[in-house]
Amino acid sequence: MEKKNLTKYLLSMILAIIVIVVLNFVLDNYKIRILNLCFIYIVLGLSLNLIYGFTGLFSLGHAGFMAIGAYTVAILTMTQETKQMTYYMEPMVPFLESLNTPFIVAVLAGGLMAALFGFLIGAPVLKLTDDYLAIATLGFSEIIRIVIINMQSITNGALGLKGIPQKTNKAIVDFMNDAFGLGLRPSINLLWAGVTAVITIAFIYLLIESSYGKAFKAIREDEIAARSMGINLFKHKVLSFTIGSFFAGVGGGLLAVSLGTIDPTLFKFSLTWNIILIVVLGGMGNIKGSIVSACIVTIAMEALRFLDEPLNLGFMVTEAMPGLRMVVFSIILMAAVIYKKDDSSIKSTLEKVRGRYAKN
Amino acid sequence: MLKINNITMRFGGVVAVNNFTAEINKNEIIGLIGPNGAGKTTVFNMVTGVYKPTEGDIIFSPSEGESHSVVDLRPDQIAKIGICRTFQNIRLFKQLSVMDNVFIGNHLRLKSSLLSSVFRLPNYAKEEKEIYEKSKYLLEKVGLYEERNEKAHSLPYGKQRRLEIARALATDPTLLLLDEPAAGMNPQETQELMEFIKKIKDEFNLTIFLIEHHMEVVMGICDRIYVLDHGAHIADGSPKDIQNNPKVIEAYLGVD
Repeated sequence: MEKKNLTKYLLSMILAIIVIVVLNFVLDNYKIRILNLCFIYIVLGLSLNLIYGFTGLFSLGHAGFMAIGAYTVAILTMTQETKQMTYYMEPMVPFLESLNTPFIVAVLAGGLMAALFGFLIGAPVLKLTDDYLAIATLGFSEIIRIVIINMQSITNGALGLKGIPQKTNKAIVDFMNDAFGLGLRPSINLLWAGVTAVITIAFIYLLIESSYGKAFKAIREDEIAARSMGINLFKHKVLSFTIGSFFAGVGGGLLAVSLGTIDPTLFKFSLTWNIILIVVLGGMGNIKGSIVSACIVTIAMEALRFLDEPLNLGFMVTEAMPGLRMVVFSIILMAAVIYKKDDSSIKSTLEKVRGRYAKN
Repeated sequence: MLKINNITMRFGGVVAVNNFTAEINKNEIIGLIGPNGAGKTTVFNMVTGVYKPTEGDIIFSPSEGESHSVVDLRPDQIAKIGICRTFQNIRLFKQLSVMDNVFIGNHLRLKSSLLSSVFRLPNYAKEEKEIYEKSKYLLEKVGLYEERNEKAHSLPYGKQRRLEIARALATDPTLLLLDEPAAGMNPQETQELMEFIKKIKDEFNLTIFLIEHHMEVVMGICDRIYVLDHGAHIADGSPKDIQNNPKVIEAYLGVD
């Protein structure tokens, strides 16, 4: 890569962070919350895109790695008092109860734990391909969830964890209010998820453009040719899977903090499905696509909430149908798959759709 | 340089290759011919580690004092010690650019670690620059540099074949296996291909082992030829000997 490009990327990264800081002060709390979720889903979408979109490993185990990250971050950041209150069925292991680390350490630890499990699970199952790999990873993700349910003294089992400290910008806002009398209201600190998303985008981009990333893509395109060209399939698949798991863990950790409450039912298969939706909508192996679709899916998930409630159709009022918005997503996914087929960018899909209407 | 000692490959009850022996010396161009289904590609697959022979041994000695038994190695390890191949039914990385296809051929010689690659540390930056220069050189050699940004699958057939050879050359092989390089080519292209094979052999100091159905290619450029029929070795020798060998004629044309 040329120097010029590097400066360009660094500048856009800095610009992105400035935009995030500004948005943090101008938007209202609800919007900030959604934006925060967008950033988290960008991290999660990209992590699965690395595994599935770029390396072609059909993994359905993402929720499992997110769970590991989420629980690690929760356990490392909750205060001792909250832990004592939360673990009322069975007290927590004393060592873990007193353990408390700074947020950034917790998030990194969450990622590393997920990466470790990704490596341990990946090493045996990555010998499998396609559907078999999907089933095996799905199984492991469920195993992780069941283990979490049963490790009462560490994870508080099915009761879940409550009171995970949120990251707010209260200190900064108070300071600004005191200093300038601005009357700002404190909210979630967007910087944590925002900067993580920016770093993830940069990391995945640089990885994919490097020789290793090209080798990942070669494996996706044709395994037989790739290994005949001297690419160690196993090593590269495990690498990609482990890196993907790392970011899944980081994303899971951020999700735990943003929600404040986690329990094992959160990490069911439907969570993996959401991430797959982002990857497929945005285009397999398309970084920009994943970013855009992560935002669209997150926002639509909120915007379509009215569908779950009783609908007033003018002449009649339907009963509340929880889960109706998920039907909409299923339809969107089907449409995306049918219309896109082998084309992998949102832009070309839009052009195709436009072309279709323009002709008539 | 390559010694194939009595290799046999059985798939269940089918004997695809039966007790085949061959020897290839440095800088030779060796042909492997035979009617369809004779087991030629199976021999290639055994040499490149796709299949492990049921019996027999394959010894590869790229240079003096260096020798490897190929049968216990994985395909990627075999590529690393200097055997690379092309495929009968072209296997390019279809959705990737022409340049990336050749770039990936260099990956096995990459020394930089993953992290220094991601963060573009000086050692990786230097290596990447070298890889780009080498890839550019190879693409110019096969006449595809102009199309470097095209996707591999959009190239016409003949160019895809040449790209596959360029990609194989990027792995720095000493022994190059070409599986029907002239398949689907017209006489003009075939002629060019023959010149091209001779040229790369000299320039990259290669030994070439090729499967081909076009007899003008085999007879025109091979130093020696092995003939397989129904998995069994029926003849070997110079192109002239082969042309007049009654067993070969029988295998190809049958007898009354």
